[in-house]
Parts: sequence; structure tokens; C-alpha cells
Amino acid sequence: MKALPVLVLLLWVCALYFAGIYLFVSGFLLVRLEVNRTSTCGDVLHPAEEPVDFCRVPPRFRRVVLLVIDALKFDFARFDRSNTSPRPYENKLPVLEEAASSRPAHSRLFPFRADPPTTTMQRIKGFTTGSLPTFVDVGNNFASSAILEDNLIHQFGQTGKRLVFMGDDTWESLFPKKFHRSLPFPSFNVKDLHTVDNGILQHLYTTMVGDDWDVLVAHFLGVDHCGHRFGPDHAAMAEKLTQMDGVIRSVMERLQDDTLLVVMGDHGMTDTGDHGGESQKETDAAVFLYSPAPLFPGPPSQSEPGVVPQTDLVPTLALLLGVPIPYSSVGQVLLPLFPPHGQTGGVVGGLSQLEALWINAKQVNRFLETYSSMAEDIPPQSLSQLRAEFSRLSSEYLATVGEGRSPSPELMASLQAYLTSVRDTCRATWAQFNPLKMAAGLSILTLACLVCFISSELSHVLIGDNGPGFKAPVAVTLLAGLCAVVGQLIARGFTEMSWCVAAAAFSSELVFLWRARRARMAGIAKNGSKALKCAGWLMPHRLLTPPLLVALLRCASLLSDSYVIAEGRVVTFLVFSLALYIPIHLNWDHLLLPPSPDPLKSAGLVPPPALSPSTVRKESTTLLSCTGLLIGSVYLSLSFHGCREEQGSCQPSPFLSPLSRLQNSRLKNLHYVLSVVSLGFCTYLLRSCLRHYGNLNSSGGTVLVARCILPLLSVCLGLHWAVSATAEDSFRNLTEFISLAQLALPRAAFCLLGLGLVLIWLDPLTVFVKTRSEYSSRTSTLPPPRYRASTGISPQAELRHLIPQIYQRMRRSLDEGELSAGSEVESGPAVEAYGLGTVYSAPLLLLCGLLGIGLLLLHPEGMALSFFLLLLEMAALLHIHASSTTLSSLQGTFSGGYYVPWTTVVLWSLAATQFFHATGHLPTFPSIQWGAAFVGFPDGHTGTILPASLVTLNTFAAHILFAVACPLLLFWPLVREVRGSRGGEAFGEEGEDAVMEMRLRENPQQFSSALLQLSARYLFIHGAQVFASVCAAAILRRHLMVWKVFAPKLMFEASGFLVSSVFLLVGVTFVLRVDVAVGRWFKRLIPDASR
Amino acid sequence: MWDHEIRAMASTHAIIASSVFMATVLPAVLVPGFSVYGTHLLWLYLVSGSIAAVSVAVFWLLGLTPPTKKHSLGYKLSRLFRSVLYLFLSCLFFHTVVVLYGAPLIESALETFSLAVLLTSLTTLRCLCILGPNVQAWIRVFSRHGAMSVWDTCLQITVACTLVGAWVGAFPIPLDWDRPWQVWPVSCSLGAMIGFLTGLVAAPAWIHYHRKQLTYKCK
Ligand SMILES: [Zn+2]
Ligand SMILES: [Zn+2]
Repeated sequence: MKALPVLVLLLWVCALYFAGIYLFVSGFLLVRLEVNRTSTCGDVLHPAEEPVDFCRVPPRFRRVVLLVIDALKFDFARFDRSNTSPRPYENKLPVLEEAASSRPAHSRLFPFRADPPTTTMQRIKGFTTGSLPTFVDVGNNFASSAILEDNLIHQFGQTGKRLVFMGDDTWESLFPKKFHRSLPFPSFNVKDLHTVDNGILQHLYTTMVGDDWDVLVAHFLGVDHCGHRFGPDHAAMAEKLTQMDGVIRSVMERLQDDTLLVVMGDHGMTDTGDHGGESQKETDAAVFLYSPAPLFPGPPSQSEPGVVPQTDLVPTLALLLGVPIPYSSVGQVLLPLFPPHGQTGGVVGGLSQLEALWINAKQVNRFLETYSSMAEDIPPQSLSQLRAEFSRLSSEYLATVGEGRSPSPELMASLQAYLTSVRDTCRATWAQFNPLKMAAGLSILTLACLVCFISSELSHVLIGDNGPGFKAPVAVTLLAGLCAVVGQLIARGFTEMSWCVAAAAFSSELVFLWRARRARMAGIAKNGSKALKCAGWLMPHRLLTPPLLVALLRCASLLSDSYVIAEGRVVTFLVFSLALYIPIHLNWDHLLLPPSPDPLKSAGLVPPPALSPSTVRKESTTLLSCTGLLIGSVYLSLSFHGCREEQGSCQPSPFLSPLSRLQNSRLKNLHYVLSVVSLGFCTYLLRSCLRHYGNLNSSGGTVLVARCILPLLSVCLGLHWAVSATAEDSFRNLTEFISLAQLALPRAAFCLLGLGLVLIWLDPLTVFVKTRSEYSSRTSTLPPPRYRASTGISPQAELRHLIPQIYQRMRRSLDEGELSAGSEVESGPAVEAYGLGTVYSAPLLLLCGLLGIGLLLLHPEGMALSFFLLLLEMAALLHIHASSTTLSSLQGTFSGGYYVPWTTVVLWSLAATQFFHATGHLPTFPSIQWGAAFVGFPDGHTGTILPASLVTLNTFAAHILFAVACPLLLFWPLVREVRGSRGGEAFGEEGEDAVMEMRLRENPQQFSSALLQLSARYLFIHGAQVFASVCAAAILRRHLMVWKVFAPKLMFEASGFLVSSVFLLVGVTFVLRVDVAVGRWFKRLIPDASR
Repeated sequence: MWDHEIRAMASTHAIIASSVFMATVLPAVLVPGFSVYGTHLLWLYLVSGSIAAVSVAVFWLLGLTPPTKKHSLGYKLSRLFRSVLYLFLSCLFFHTVVVLYGAPLIESALETFSLAVLLTSLTTLRCLCILGPNVQAWIRVFSRHGAMSVWDTCLQITVACTLVGAWVGAFPIPLDWDRPWQVWPVSCSLGAMIGFLTGLVAAPAWIHYHRKQLTYKCK
């Protein structure tokens, strides 16, 4: 078979999709331009007086203590006396309320609104630079790189303040070498509630008492980790918050008069303890300000802001501590912290409200000028408006100060309004897109879909002898890329990689389309009879068949936010519809029921059946019962769905939370037993399937995997669940053992998995050849050698139809071998080859099984049930496909070849999406199951690649399994072949052959074209979904829901496609590998053949 | 040759459609507070009942039901009993299918069952009227060459239209428009009803335009 063209074509199609996605995403998820300029002390001038160096004036506060309590939601900080039965997270921080009520001039508590994305790294970036980090940075949460923009930490360092940091090590990677002293603790291990906090507490008080610091930053992670692990509504949260209460108290006691205390959360959390999105529960953190010296002019008044935006902390802290406001800050000073005009006398070095506002406005204006000169994304209209407003305010302010009169309140209000409108403009602008790149990406994707569809429809031409070659297209592609490079160099002086990729991809697509057209024409010219068959393959009536209509509906559903939110149900609905369509369609074609002796047959309307009604009835029963099984597992899989925050009255599946979270021990045991039983069933089903087709007889690597490694892996997994489900405090004396087991068991499973995969790859054959001479020696005549395609099928005359020449040679060589060995047996030996009929599908099935168990390891325990359903659904789909193929071939309407119809492929790819949801995943960032990164690594990671790939494997488990198993669709009708279905016309005698998958070796041409077609169809369905979500993001880019629904959906769909295509290629490569091994096996069996 | 039959079919369908119309409009005039959305279940049962009564009467008058050899009372009774049983089973069947399609299992079981009743009266009852209580014949009719008369073709078209209408009717449910007709099962039953009415119009028209191609075997 032609391995290379298939692989190259598939790789190229995938590359086209990747290029399109890359181009679109780089235009759609635009990164905000970073201004790499820093403010200096000279920038900040008091306008009316003599030029003073701002940094030399003694500031209002000499020192600041910044206590960042990760995920300190505003609900946690609020204290409600009337609440007599507080929940675990309520009323646990009374110190804030006590301070605010007893010393109103010294302290204040505000809601502190973060900007999305509410991930810790983005937030640290936000409240140190004062700018608005964009959506793209979400992915950097693992690999947080140093902040290059001007920021508070840098400014503190510039003015000679000594910074001491302790806590979350994200800071250390964001601000490398900026701290005078730093005590970072690893932040990634979400399960660990205490290490970071206890580490901080060991050093916090001693540091505070000392005098070698000016700025002290302590970032506590316990509350956030507690939320991720147990959710806010858990006793552990109460404990953690009470601990924080104590910390704040102790810090307040040790404060001196020149020190400001800021207690703040970087973001909030949802009711499940996650964050990352933009719901109010995630954005509303708390900020608490306190100083032993009077901080506020008076008790809280009406004019104070109800909610403080997180960016506002930057200019406020900068001015209170006497450092310049960072260059790119768009925040606004917190006015209540500054005394009104004329009351500054009492405080040394204090700025009045007006002065603070003026400095702030000037800084923001300067940033705006610089930014607009660098980037042209701020609309000129609003820019000129802002400029005019600033010059008006500036002249008014200068006049006021010059005349020495007290400022009008209108001036203050309009300064504030100016600052607010600048921030709003920036916020609107930084969701700007690059329409050119988006259009290029879209058009490449459109053509890629077309190319994929055409290569699936014309696979026999492309693989055929006169198919298009590869040299010319590659040359054209390289040439186009080169032209793009040269053109860009001439026109712009530099090259942008993306445009070269675009040019190459686009030109190669056009060349392919042109050549495919020519090849088709040539094919039609060669055999005119086929022309009719090929002519109308792009006609609407062929495209609008129900399976493609369902695929179209699925794609259309991605354009509506409601359908994306309800995606799990939508996909289930479509799977169900298509599953019902199969038997109805078969019945419509008179294929489902055995033709009754009615006038139809005599009239010649229905061709005479090729096989007895009993076989038809059996196949129909199989088909109907498998449809039932499919529908049942689809329906049951609905109970494993998670919930989006938009789905109001939704309850997430109880199987989604890890067992260690369950409090009720009986329920826990029940869940555990259920999971283990379903895991056992999965293993058992796989093994019994292999045994049924005689694949467990030989002694090769694959059989070893099936016999030992697969059960061992399951046992490992079961033990791992048992260990990880134990409550932490139940076996105190066994703690060490448990932690060792938590480390060792998953790692052992990983090792077994790796070993199994290597063994399967190295020795994929499961054929057992048995030479039996004792039976044949009795007979005088030479009996036909027994060469069994599989067990369970009568061995008569099987090889005759197999590959006659090879068989003859084999027989001869075996005869000769026997003779030369000088054995006493005068008759020819009998050969039995067990498992030859499933030589391709058996190792692939085993590979899927191994992968499935490996992926299950990364999921919560309860997902074992869902994986069991996945296995059942896969089996049901395969059987439905096999039965319907057999039914259509039995009654003469079979078209020939091994082509997999669209219905099956669409069902297969919809099932992948369906189980993406049924394994508890959702296309949103907060729903990513981060726990997967800690399976086998309970202490966290040092690198970022390993945890990221573990999380990816967890997220796209269903995509991976269905993609790898995709070639099974090609094999299954052959595996479940009914004897006499195909060889009927050639050999009419009773001893029909059952050569099963050996048919594929007989027709290598058809095999490769069918494999190409199947893969291209699968890629097409997934690619069309990517295309649809790209369209949705492009069309609805100003939609209210774009960052909440469409952009995450696009990211997930694109990554899902990436993973699917990679694993589809893995599956196809594996099949080709098996093919090579089978070829070698034949050669070894018949040495003549190699000559 | 078939003009007569097509005309009969068209008039039958007109009668059935007008019964739907009457069942919708008359109560709206007579009963205060009646509306298709507001008192949906009432409307649903009224429509199902009137369609059932009218089609049974019309088809009985037309004498379409296959003639039987035996005319004994016992035989007739058993046929009646089987018909009622099939109707009930078909209600259960539709209920199950609708639940599998994603209808709530427990909360609005009554609504779901009412939809099943409507679908039964639109599809199964018609099968019963035209083919009699003979499941094999029903399965046979829904195949490419299974239709043996104009009425069989008509049955194919109306049943397919009704089911597709109900299927399409489920599409607007997840949308966040907050319209009264998005409430379960209003959109589905409206879809089924619209599909049925379309089928009533489409069947005679289609048969009229394709009468040259249609060839039926004699029974
Ligand atoms: Zn955080
Ligand atoms: Zn967190």
C-alpha cells in the first residue's frame, strides 16, 4: 500500500488548517502594545512653583505593607452582625469591621473590582502596572515571564526603597532581581493549603519588626487553594479565613505611624472556588486600607466611590509613597485618601486632592500621547476629543493655581471624568482586531475545508497511479513563501512570518485544487463510464444528505451563544437524531427487514437477496440493539455534564468532584465501587474482544501488553483511586505511606503505559502461527493446509481465496522446509494462523484501550463510568456501521470498496464532542481540570511543559480516543464480515471464505484510498467546526458574549482540532506501521517472496 | 385516473385542517382566557381530539380501511382493542423518544405526555385509519417502494412532515429570547402541528405533480 502519499496528504491538510487558525487567531486575539518607557522623578512637576524633584519631597508614607490574600472575595471580607448563622466563609474576618468602626479615619474597606481575565498572573500585572492586560496573556499563566512595562515595583526600586517579598513565586518570575530580599514559595500545587502561608508567617513578623525594608509584599495563597480544592463553602475555608484574620491583627499591631497597610485580594472566586472569567463573583475582590496615622479626612461619606477599580491602586500608592506613577498606568487616584485643598498643612509632604488629580491626569495624558504615536488603534476621533478636553482642563487648572484661588468642584469632577474616559477608551481599544489577518485566515480555512472535502471524495484518484505528484506543488509553495518574504522586504523593510505562511498555504491550496480538477478530468476521460458517477459530486442534492445536514446544523449552532452554552445538549440531540436516521434510512431502502415473498420481488423492483433471511434478520437485530445501546449510552452520558456559569439552574454532575471531597463515607464507597467496576468492565470487554478474534495466542509484545500490562494498569488505577480517596486525617499513622503511594502508583501506571505503547509499536502483530503435523500424518493423501484467518470459523479452503500466489509459495516452502529438516512426516504440514483476520484492528484496539485507561488516570474517579459509556458507544457505533454495511452489501446495493459513509463519520466526530462534555469538560477557561497536572506529581512541577501537556491530555481525552480509533471504522465491517457476503459471486461453493482484514492486503490501492478518505472525512467534520467557530468569532466580534463565549469556544475548538488531527495521524501512522509489519511477516513466512 | 382520488384526498385534508382551525378558534371565542400559549395543554388536547374524531369519521366514510374477510363481531372487537392498544403504546413510545431527545424526565412529565398524545393523533392514528392495526404494514409503507396506493404516499408525506416539524420545533428552546412559545413543549407541538398542516397541503400537491411517475402495484 502507498503509505507515503496518504501521510503526506493528511499532514499537508492539517498544516493548512493550522496555518489558517494561526493567521486568524493572531489577528483576532490582538495583544496590547506595551510601551517600554518608564516615568522618572523629573516628569512629575508641580506646575506653579519652582521645579522641584518630586522624589526628594518627603512623602506622606515612608513604608507600605501590601498583604495580598489570593482570591479574597468581597463576600469574605464583609462582616454582618445580623447574620446569626454564617456560612463557612462569612463573618470570618471581623478585624476589618472592627477597625473600620472603631477608627473610621484610619481604615476603610472597599470592594475592589478586577478586570478580566481574573487569573493571578494577569492580576499581579494589572495592579502593579496599572494597565489592562489582555485576553491573550491567559495562556502565560504557566510560563509567567518578567514584566517589561513600567510598574510600581520598578519605581519603588528606582527611588531607593528596599523591597521585601514573600509568598507566591509568580512575583519572583514577574519581577526577577527587583527585590531587596525575597522568599518565594511554589504556587502551582493547588492541593497544598499551608506551605506558602506558613512560610510567609515564619518570616513576616520578624521582618516587620526589623528596619531593613520600605515595601513589604506578602502574597498568601491558602484561601485560593482552599477554594480550588474544597470550594468556598467548606470548613477548611473558615479555618483559613480565621487564620488570615489573625495575621491581619498581628500585622496591624506591629505597624508604625509612617506605614500604610493594604490588604487586598487579586480576584474573587465562583461558588465552586474557580476563577478566570468575568462574572461578578470572580471580579469582586476586597481592598482594606489602614494606617495608625489618620488616613482619611473623616468618616465615610456619600461621595466616596462604591467600588474601587483595581487599576486605581497604582497611582494612589505611587503618590502616597512619593514615587512617580508608572508610565502606562491608566488608573485614577483614590481621592478620599488625599486631603482636600488647603488642609494639607498638617501632613508632611502630602498632596492635596487637586494636586494628586493633576499629576495623575498629566501622566495619563502623556501615556496617551506616547501610545497613540506608537500604535494607531485608538480611534482618532475620541483621541482628539480627549486631547481637547485635557488642554481645556490644563489651562483651567493653571489659571486656578496661578491666581491662588481655591479650585471649583467642577474642575475636580471634570478631571475625574477625563481620567475615567481615558480608561474606558483604552478598554474599548484593546479589544481591537487585525481585519486583514482575520480575512486571510478565514479564506485559508475556507479553502482548506474545500481541499479536505475534495480529497475525501477523490481519494481514489489522488492515490491512483496517475494521481498528482508532489514535486511541483512543493516547489510552488516554497516559491510563494519566498515571494512573500521578498515582497515584504521591499515594501516594508521587514518580514512578518505569518504573511509568508499565508502566501505558501494559499498558493498550495490553489495548486492542489487545479491539479485535482485536472486529475479528475483525466480520470473521466480514461474511463467514460465512471464519468457519470463522478460528475455530480458537488451537486447540492448530494451534499444535502441528512448526515451532512446534521454536520451543517452542528456548525450553525456554533454561531449562536445560546447554542454554544447548551452545546452538550445540542450535540447529544444531533447524535440521537443521526442514530435514529440509520435504521429508518435502511428501512426506506428495503434493507432492514428480510424481503418477504411479496409481489415486489417478482416485479423485479427489489433485487434478489444474496443471503438467507435469517442472516438479514440477525444483522438487523444486531443493528437495532446496537442503536438501542448507542441511544442508551448517549442518554446516560448526559448525567456527567458540568455547568457553565451562564446556565443558571444547572447542577454539575456529582461524579465530577474528586472522591476526596466527598464527606459521606458510604456514598464515597459506592462511587468508588462503581468506578472500579466500570474500569474492570472496560478491561474485560477489551480483552474478551481480542480473545474472541484469536489475538491472544501468540507470544509477541502486543499480546504481552494485552495479557499483563492492561490488567496491571487497571489494578494500578484502582489502587490509586483508593489511595487518593482516603481522607487526609483518617490514617494518621500511615500518612507517609499514603503520600508515597500517591506518588508511586500513578507513576507506575505512566511507566506501564509507556512500556505498553513501546511494545505495541515495536511488535504490533498478534498472529499466532501453529504448525500441526500430527493430525495430517495419519492421512495418506495431502490434505489442504489449514490456514485460518481466525478462530471460530470453519477452516475449510480458507487460504484459497486469500492471496493465492503467496499461499502457494508458502505451502511449497513449508513442504521443502519439512523435507530438508528430515522429519519422518511424509505429508505436508497444516498451518493455522490465529488472529490473522484482525491483524490491523487488534493492535489498534489495544492502543485505544491503553490510551483510554491512561487518560482516565488524569480524570476524577467518577469519570470511569463515563469512559465505560464511551467504550460502549464506540462499540455500538462500530457494530452499527458494520451491520449496515453488511446489510447493504448483502442485498446487492453495495457499491464496492471499503468506503465509510458520511453518516458514520459524522456520528463518530459528534460523539467525540459529546464525550468532551460528558467527561465534565466545557469550552471555558475556569472549567479546565487543573488537578490533572498533579496526578503522579503531588508536589507540583518545575517545568511548564509536562503539566501543560497533562492538562491538555485531560481536556481533550474524548477527542484523542475517537481520533486514534478512527481507522477502526474501516476495519470493523471486515472484522464482522458475514461469510459469503463478498466472495459470493466468485466462489459459489459452500466453503465460503472469511479472510476479514486480509482483503485489505489484497487491494493495497483501495486500502490506502479508503484510509485517506476516512481520515479526510473525519478531518473535514472537525475542520468545518473550527471554521464555524472562527466565523462566529469574526462575525460576532463586537457581541456582548465574545470574550465570554465565542473566543474561549474558538480556542477550545482550535486546540481540539489540533489534538484530534495529531492523534488521527498517530492512528493512521500506526495502521501503516502494522501494514509494514504484516508485510515483513509474510516475507518471513515465505522466503521466496523476498527474492 | 387518479384525479378523483386526489380530489377526495384534498377535500379530506381540507376537512381535517378546518377541524384544527375550529379547535383553535372556537374556544378562543367561547372560553375566556383561552390562548394557544397560555392554556397550551387544553389547546393540545382539543386539537388532538378533534383531529382524531374527524379523521376516524372521514376515513370510515371513505371506506379506506382494508376490507376484511371476516365480519364477525368478535373480530371487529379484537381489531378495535388492538387499535386502542397500539394507540396507547404509540403514546408511550413517543414519550420515551421525546425524553431521550432531552425532554425533562420528571418535572414536566404531563407536558411531555401531552406532546406524545398529539404526535400519536397526528401520525399513528392516521396509520391506523389507512392501514389498520398491522405494524408490519406500517413498517412496509415507510420504504421506497412500499406505498401501494395514493393514500400510502400521502401517509408517508404527512407523517414525515409532522415528525420533522416536531424535530425542528425543538430548535428554538435553548435560545435566550424568553418568548412564551419557547416554553416546553409549546414550540415542539406547534412545530408538529405546522408540519402536519404543511403535509396536508403538500401531499395532494406532490401527488398531483408526480402522478405520471407514480406506479402502484395492485393489492
Ligand atoms: Zn489569584
Ligand atoms: Zn486560583
